[in-house]
Amino acid sequence: MTGTLDVSLWRGAAEGSFRRYQVPWRENQTVLDVVTWVQRNLDATLSYRFACRVGMCGSCAMTVNGRPRWTCRTHVSKVAANGRLTIGPLQNLPVIKDLATDMQPFFEKWQTAKGAFAPSKSRTDPIETIVPGSAGRLAADAAIECINCAVCYAACDTVRWNPDYLGPAALNRAWTLVNDVRDAANVERLAAAAANGGCHACHSHQSCQEHCPLALNPTASIAGLKRRAAQAYLTSTIKL
Amino acid sequence: MTALWLAHRTSALWLAALAHRLSGLALAAFLPLHFLTLGLAISGEAKLEGFLRWSDQPIVKLSEAILVFLLAIHMLGGLRLLVVENFTWLDGQKRLAVMAAAASLLVAVMFLARVF
Amino acid sequence: MNVRLYVWQRLTAALILPLLLVHLIVIFYAMRKGFSAADILGRTRGSVAWALFYGAFVSAVAVHAPIGLRTVLIEWTRLRPRSCDLIVIGFGIVIAALGSRAVAAVVLP
Repeated sequence: MTGTLDVSLWRGAAEGSFRRYQVPWRENQTVLDVVTWVQRNLDATLSYRFACRVGMCGSCAMTVNGRPRWTCRTHVSKVAANGRLTIGPLQNLPVIKDLATDMQPFFEKWQTAKGAFAPSKSRTDPIETIVPGSAGRLAADAAIECINCAVCYAACDTVRWNPDYLGPAALNRAWTLVNDVRDAANVERLAAAAANGGCHACHSHQSCQEHCPLALNPTASIAGLKRRAAQAYLTSTIKL
Repeated sequence: MTALWLAHRTSALWLAALAHRLSGLALAAFLPLHFLTLGLAISGEAKLEGFLRWSDQPIVKLSEAILVFLLAIHMLGGLRLLVVENFTWLDGQKRLAVMAAAASLLVAVMFLARVF
Repeated sequence: MNVRLYVWQRLTAALILPLLLVHLIVIFYAMRKGFSAADILGRTRGSVAWALFYGAFVSAVAVHAPIGLRTVLIEWTRLRPRSCDLIVIGFGIVIAALGSRAVAAVVLP
């Protein structure tokens, strides 16, 4: 493949602009390759994040031609057939510089949604038997692979429109723990999901599911949470 | 920039949610008018009859057809939500969303056909 | 949106579904038959059944619409949540008042 790519990269923070670069167009090129080429050959001041570059860590997530994606797993041929690329930082998060965002709000919401495991046993208790085929375990397993890349969070319009909304990733994680028989914090977790900005704010747009690089389905997890939280509320297990 | 913003907001399900919201807003705006019309009956049949005559005009009939369309969309969109939230995950949801839009259109067209 | 509003909105939605279907059928029927105002009012005046039907309809809508409107105001405007609450409560009262008036207008003998 010959020719050049016409690449626009976001430079700046909240205030800034897109700057254009000409990058050699190669076969088997990923968007991460393109960004790296710019930083190494054209402008060493470009800031961006990556780590594994093989689609395992989720660090390289950026907005590519309007969609949040893992840039290391996005082939240029798939998204820039006309040779044009526009790359910006992930949406819905504060921008630190250029293509790197501040993930703090994302993880704070994770905590608010009680996305951390709360043990119910001590080391002297017998180990809990988890039945792999049980409904709860299957539900948890379907959602457990999340690596907190924030692509779903960036894709979600409800996150964009509602600053209180905890977001698909945090609620998806809460759902895996709600289905974990070992967890001891489910009353608090359901109360967090039932509060303002919790699972009930989700409109089932399913942008999260559409964009998740691991093909997870936060909308389904959130639907499950809606049912459980509503049930808990109606049986007075939790109060608003 | 608009093209970029629209990039992933063209899925059938996202548009279904938008249609659901916009139809809801339109219905909320229409409701008070609807109730006021009926209140005309309080002053006797004459006023309501007068209104029913006025509403015979094509432009009004068209507006009513649009309202029925909005009603159908909002109802089917709401039904989609109730199904998504309470039943096992369906894989054919996009197809269902498009079918729901088509069904709404059909209802509205039938309404139009009946009134003209 | 929280669980309380969610439950109220979904329950009223589930109630509105059948009521709305019947309402649409009734309207289609009346138009098909070419009913005049006198024809319509002749059927609704003094009817307990229509009073209950439309009374339930108005009540459900007066709860359902404000909750939906509240979400739209919070997400699409810069109004504070408290202001949104007050606006939609006002809207709900207006709907309930106008709706009750309309139902009374067609069912009271």
